[in-house]
Amino acid sequence: MHSVIVSHLTKIYGKEKKVAVDDVSFSVDKGEIFGLIGADGAGKTTIFRVLTTLLLPDGGSASVGGLDVVKDFEQIRQTIGYMPGKFSLYQDLTVEENLSFFATLFGTTVAENYELIKDIYVQIAPFKNRRAGKLSGGMKQKLALCCALIHKPNVLFLDEPTTGVDPVSRKEFWEMLKRLKEQDITILLSTTYMDEANLCDRIALIQEGKILSIDTPANIIKSYPDVLFAVKATNMHQLLQQLLRYPERLSSYAFGEFAHFSFKGTPDTDGLVTYLEQHGLKEVMVKTADITIEDSFIKLLG
Amino acid sequence: MEQVIVCNGLTKRFGDFTAVDSITFEVNKGEIFGFLGANGAGKTTAMRMLCGLSTPSSGKATIAGFDVYKQTEQIKKNIGYMSQKFSLYDDLTVQENITFFAGIYGISDAEIKKNGDDLLLRLGMQDQAKKMVSSLPLGWKQKLAFSTAVIHKPKIVFLDEPTGGVDPVTRRQFWELIYEAADNGITIFVTTHYMDEAEYCKRVSIMVDGKVAALDTPSNLKEQFGANTMDEVFYHLAREAKRGE
Repeated sequence: MHSVIVSHLTKIYGKEKKVAVDDVSFSVDKGEIFGLIGADGAGKTTIFRVLTTLLLPDGGSASVGGLDVVKDFEQIRQTIGYMPGKFSLYQDLTVEENLSFFATLFGTTVAENYELIKDIYVQIAPFKNRRAGKLSGGMKQKLALCCALIHKPNVLFLDEPTTGVDPVSRKEFWEMLKRLKEQDITILLSTTYMDEANLCDRIALIQEGKILSIDTPANIIKSYPDVLFAVKATNMHQLLQQLLRYPERLSSYAFGEFAHFSFKGTPDTDGLVTYLEQHGLKEVMVKTADITIEDSFIKLLG
Repeated sequence: MEQVIVCNGLTKRFGDFTAVDSITFEVNKGEIFGFLGANGAGKTTAMRMLCGLSTPSSGKATIAGFDVYKQTEQIKKNIGYMSQKFSLYDDLTVQENITFFAGIYGISDAEIKKNGDDLLLRLGMQDQAKKMVSSLPLGWKQKLAFSTAVIHKPKIVFLDEPTGGVDPVTRRQFWELIYEAADNGITIFVTTHYMDEAEYCKRVSIMVDGKVAALDTPSNLKEQFGANTMDEVFYHLAREAKRGE
């Protein structure tokens, strides 16, 4: 069953007629974790704002839980949770006050749905009398998630929940999301971190308002068209510059401790090693690379 | 080798909270130095002291040879700074931003003209000179921000999460600029949450609870912690953190 349906959605901003979202279509199944993956300015937030009924589309349509985002906006607001990219709780209310404020707004109590947020709330409970504005980034994020969940929504919208968050806190956050998924809550989230794509059931890679690819992470990786190699040498900068000048180069770019490289024609790794050594690189090593979502995205942006 | 950052027992306390707890390290001229740590580990506080913006509680440090207690004005003249949060003025044009930043660093009008033109040419942005910065794509903004941060040819440039939210292709183009600056002898002091970028640094320090918990080249760190990636090294160290969360 589809929980979110987006059909030919278009949004145009301002006098300059900037197309922020360009004929975007996708659907999210109930209980699915669906990720919109793309850079700042790709149109992710605009899609979220249309789906959360905060912005009217200029073309196309969308529904959440079978309700139309334009006609049924009031009902949608009762049944969704939304965590905007920018921290939007009341900074001068305490942790506890923020939570009970949001529960009251939705006509419920913290006690009624405590079970749903318990795992997350216990981590910030020691600071329940602290003002939200005085919390660390990680704690703010946990409180915002609790407030978005307190009315037991069917669909949760998380706009870049992990931006600027360190790798350890990001891992913890994803553990929380997996537990929510088990409760059958549909989660639509956006991220600029490619490694988080693998944790979604399905993803849409988005750039300049258009969806470039939409599938499971495994299928996106499987459909990578080239043979990709990982190259290593003592000096990364020099390695990148020499790879750029190699006549048989199709693509090359830094990838952690390696450079990823693909050939125009039939791969000749011995030839590549010889070329690099002739150009002064030391300890040259070439092996087949494990393709990641980031490689797929780079290829699609190419 | 010339050391442009020398830091010995540098400490910052706020009341009874020790944000930065006796950190000691040196950074060499032209080095790309990665400064990693979990949220709340003390990175920002440490960086503020190194930039001459916050007086240490104890310990010693010199930046480009200048003392962090007494010579903060000289420090500011000899460093560049760029962060994801603040870099350029959105409501000034590209040209105006360049002129403004070069101007505050005391560069003469003739030089501003020349350096500015060079910069636009290098970035391939001549046609954008009269456009508002707000209308540029984020990736271009970041590249322009970096170039203006080094327009006065500082000894050191501090980059605070410069690539957050940028697409993977632009992120790599940005690192190309970093390498170029380092090749020209500018020392790079950079924080990031992207662990693959830690690999692009010559050496990396990882802060945990106000202390430098590890400092070495990426390959030595991976060996030391029996890890395959910097992500694993970071996770191993930062999950032990007691404070912040």
